Amino acid sequence: MRIFKKAIVYALLLGGSAVFLVPLLWMMSTGLKPLDQTMSMPPTWLPYREYVQEGSQLREVKAGETVPATATVVRKIAPRWENFSLAIAAMKYFPRYLLNTLILCLLTVTGTVLSSALAAYGFSRVEWCGRNRLFTVALATMMVPFPVVMVPVYCLFRSVGWIGTLKPLWVGSFCAGAFNVFLLRQFFMTIPKDLSEAARIDGCSEFRIFWQIVLPLCRPALMVVGLFQFMATWNDFLGPLIYLTEQKDYTLALGLQFFQSQHGGTEWHYLMAASTLIALPVIILFFFTQKTFIEGISMTGIKG
Amino acid sequence: MTRGERHSLMVGLLFVSPWIVGFVAFTLYPVIASMTYSFCDYDVLTKPVWIGTLNYREMLTDSVFWQSLRNTLYFAAFSIPLGLVMSLSVAVLLNQSVRGRSAFRAIFFLPSLIPVVASSMIWLWILNGNFGLLNHALKSIGIAHPPQWLADPAWTKPSLILMSLWGVGHAMVIYLAALQDVPRSLYESADLDGAGAWSRFRHVTLPMISPVIYFNLIMGIIGSLQVFSQAFIMLGGGGPQRSALFYAVYLYLNAFEYRQMGYACAMAWVLFLIILFLTWVATRSTRKLVYYAAE
Repeated sequence: MRIFKKAIVYALLLGGSAVFLVPLLWMMSTGLKPLDQTMSMPPTWLPYREYVQEGSQLREVKAGETVPATATVVRKIAPRWENFSLAIAAMKYFPRYLLNTLILCLLTVTGTVLSSALAAYGFSRVEWCGRNRLFTVALATMMVPFPVVMVPVYCLFRSVGWIGTLKPLWVGSFCAGAFNVFLLRQFFMTIPKDLSEAARIDGCSEFRIFWQIVLPLCRPALMVVGLFQFMATWNDFLGPLIYLTEQKDYTLALGLQFFQSQHGGTEWHYLMAASTLIALPVIILFFFTQKTFIEGISMTGIKG
Repeated sequence: MTRGERHSLMVGLLFVSPWIVGFVAFTLYPVIASMTYSFCDYDVLTKPVWIGTLNYREMLTDSVFWQSLRNTLYFAAFSIPLGLVMSLSVAVLLNQSVRGRSAFRAIFFLPSLIPVVASSMIWLWILNGNFGLLNHALKSIGIAHPPQWLADPAWTKPSLILMSLWGVGHAMVIYLAALQDVPRSLYESADLDGAGAWSRFRHVTLPMISPVIYFNLIMGIIGSLQVFSQAFIMLGGGGPQRSALFYAVYLYLNAFEYRQMGYACAMAWVLFLIILFLTWVATRSTRKLVYYAAE
């Protein structure tokens, strides 16, 4: 009975994880195929090249060539790595997309971590009148859905002539979002008050206490906030869609969508190669920072 | 106010000043402006013109608006409960004493991290009617005429619901963390009382993790009513017969394609009210079921 139950649990887990992995594997597999193999029936998982035996030599079968029935055909697994460079070339501004995305990631991560840490410190470790009332206001702002503020914020950026620049996509991150402030505040409150008191008695300024005592102790929480912001910026689609107008200013996400809207439905191998290029950094990052990810999410779920 | 109090007020305000600037510029002002615009005819290029409640009245007779609302509620009505059951089931399986738990957890979690543009591309390809992997699989198990998914108005919403289930890893991680926090002693005493596996789950696990279920439910309501990116990327302006024109997509089109900013703002406020209403309903109806240990 015990073994039977165990077997069911493992069968479900293995089956389930296979189903969850298939789309990613299929993306990578398609990205390494030549065009004709992407549409072959039945589908093949591994990209291959076919060769015909001609005397003692193997000659590659060209796409669309009909091989006489008498010939021996040899199949060899052969991923088309060149699809990546071809997809990059087909996307035209790929290096620019990448650069724009990296600039935005750098700026938003810096801005978010710095400003939320400052605000969270002010909301947790300095006593001042009206602090808790203002924090309640901060929490309430989380209720406002993005579409409500979308149009006026767009008009605001338009009035200062920032549409078509990267500015609207990062300036806001220097203004401490309520969610991150909330998260860091939770963490700051766990640090004993005596630590700051002792430093204050020694004549340490509030900013130095923040910078040299509290921040170093909060590195794990800052990592979580920074990592989540990186992911949010890397993945963001709606923001760039609203604010960017010139193709060379696009981010990777918007650039890929633009590429798809022009070549969609035909060049699946390039589309999947490009998707792999955008998804892979996230996957790699996840494997290196798995613990931070899992802890961060558990933290938001349980304390939220 | 003493000098010390004034000093700490200054210091405190200085620390929270980034938030205050952001609050005024990106929340307070936009909320007021959005409310005002919703009573105006506004195309960005010319000054807004006050038209009273016309935008709201127009909504009542705009059949596309109602269709987008129906599509969104359809999506939410299936993706929220299905996602909840699925993420909780995976979490419960992983909470058993299994080998390689962290590897399984990583696999189930990973898809939720994939950038929405990339995952939209993947699903466009998998759901392709002629060459898609899903239809290959369906044909191989004997379904001769599988649906055309994204090309068939009857199947666009199920397609997006299916795709949303691929991203349940985030909720699964939250559930798993909650499950691991349930005190062992509770299960032990349930065992002593002769409780079976199901009644242990029903009477110990579920009540103990109910706050987290409630949290995920609310997040699900907020998120699925605003679903935008994947629908916009995969089906543009709503797909065949606008069958996947979601509320947020129609709102976006009004704002940035048709340049009807006033109408878009009015729609946003109606969306806010719908979210508040559904959150209130969810809170009311689960109040007796959610258990907080601290109380």
